[in-house]
Amino acid sequence: MLRREALSVLAVEALGPYALLRTGRGTLEPGEPGQFFMLSPPGRTLPRAFSLCFAPPGELAFLVDPVGPGTRALAGLEPGDRLPVLGPLGNAFRLDVPKPLLVGGGIGIAPLVHAAELLGRAPALLGFRTAEHAQAAALLPGAEVVVEPTYVTEHLSPGWDVLACGPEPMLHAAARLAPGAQLAWEAPMACGYGACHGCAVEIRGRLRRLCLEGPVLAAADVLPAALEAA
Amino acid sequence: MLLNASGCLDALAAPEVARLLDVFVTKTVTPLPREGNHPVRIAETDAGMLNTIGLANPGIDEFVRGTLPRLLEVGVPVWVSVGGFCARDYAESCARLDGEDVEAFELNVSCPNVASPAEATEEIVAAARMATAKPLFTKLSPQLPDVAGVARAAARAGTDGLSLVNTLRGLALDGRTLAPLLSTASGGLSGPALRPVALAAVHACYAATGLPIVGMGGIESGAHALDLIAAGASACALGTILFRDPHAPTRVRAELAEAAARLGFAQPFDARGVAHREPGAMLPSLAKVPAKVD
Repeated sequence: MLRREALSVLAVEALGPYALLRTGRGTLEPGEPGQFFMLSPPGRTLPRAFSLCFAPPGELAFLVDPVGPGTRALAGLEPGDRLPVLGPLGNAFRLDVPKPLLVGGGIGIAPLVHAAELLGRAPALLGFRTAEHAQAAALLPGAEVVVEPTYVTEHLSPGWDVLACGPEPMLHAAARLAPGAQLAWEAPMACGYGACHGCAVEIRGRLRRLCLEGPVLAAADVLPAALEAA
Repeated sequence: MLLNASGCLDALAAPEVARLLDVFVTKTVTPLPREGNHPVRIAETDAGMLNTIGLANPGIDEFVRGTLPRLLEVGVPVWVSVGGFCARDYAESCARLDGEDVEAFELNVSCPNVASPAEATEEIVAAARMATAKPLFTKLSPQLPDVAGVARAAARAGTDGLSLVNTLRGLALDGRTLAPLLSTASGGLSGPALRPVALAAVHACYAATGLPIVGMGGIESGAHALDLIAAGASACALGTILFRDPHAPTRVRAELAEAAARLGFAQPFDARGVAHREPGAMLPSLAKVPAKVD
């Protein structure tokens, strides 16, 4: 059942260049780590997809990188503003793995915060473009943090059950290094519930809707050829 | 009557949204399966969005065998949007579906993201007309230099109604790279930017043909729907707004009833065509007020 509700904005907190957008929860469920919500920025035609970052009691929190008109409008919200939110949508990370390692790049650390809440003290490996962006690592205390030109995949050792979210090149590299990895993928998305066919991603050799098949994909689903070669 | 614009809702993925509508219109079905265009397929623009989905669909065989039976289980009347690359494609698909529990066909002769059919709209409609007795709604592009002329030609060829409008071709660039955002460079523009364009097309085609018209293009509220009805629409379809708000049908329906009542119309579709009234003719709400005597 699709639930959409205008939630009350509680706070927008700066976290390096990012904004942590905290809203009331209304009657929406927080869902499971990896699931996402569609947030409707004021004045924009399309909503924007965000993984839930974490779920304090009675709240939902989203990590926003204000890089375009929609994300800037979200970062510019003020306490008391109403924000229409649809979700939770999509699938989630499987957390019942023996040796979880959270691997995140940039804004992709968002769903790992929620996963860490439920996993307890899972190790995390985070990568950022700049030291300023790396301030967001405060959301995952104890994480190993690298900043470009160093990449997280240079620090990724074998033997872990990788749960990853980040830019596509990082996810491709993680899939090659950890063939059992769960990867939270990203694609431009107009609706989030299968209506628009906009979020097509090549999954198991065919273009499929990420909002329905993902956003969490198995490494083998996205890189069959690369895995066969390996 | 409230419908979805073809390609803007998947009744199998979201049956509860389809059930908010009076009719569900399928994504366009073509004779052969189409994977659709490669990503990136969508981009937001200042007052709307661009898409280049490219008629992704399972093809008519799989549609009839696998998709349609499940769509009919949703419990909402189904119109099938039919597409192709020649008049015969349309005729064969209509013939194939003629015995199925489909209420009507929408002939998509105007997708901006695939090659245009070789024949003129009139030939396609005539071919489809030969293939089925079910109602045919011909979906036209607002980019036609003379949309009313094409509507008249479609009427001559036997269309029962018109679907107005499909998207307009548009382009958006990535501000950082100045490269097109969409994989196919240009795509179909929909949303608020399309609203006045749709109004003009509905207005012109209603005047030219008087045919039933499913009006669509940027409807976000009941007032927008009422505008299209006043211009000549006999039904309204929601497109881009469904992406933002899957519950829009309920809201738009309520707002439409309220907006029509405010102007003195007992039913929203009583306002059909009132934009064409003689100069000086009054709306019902004003007609009820005694004329002021100086």
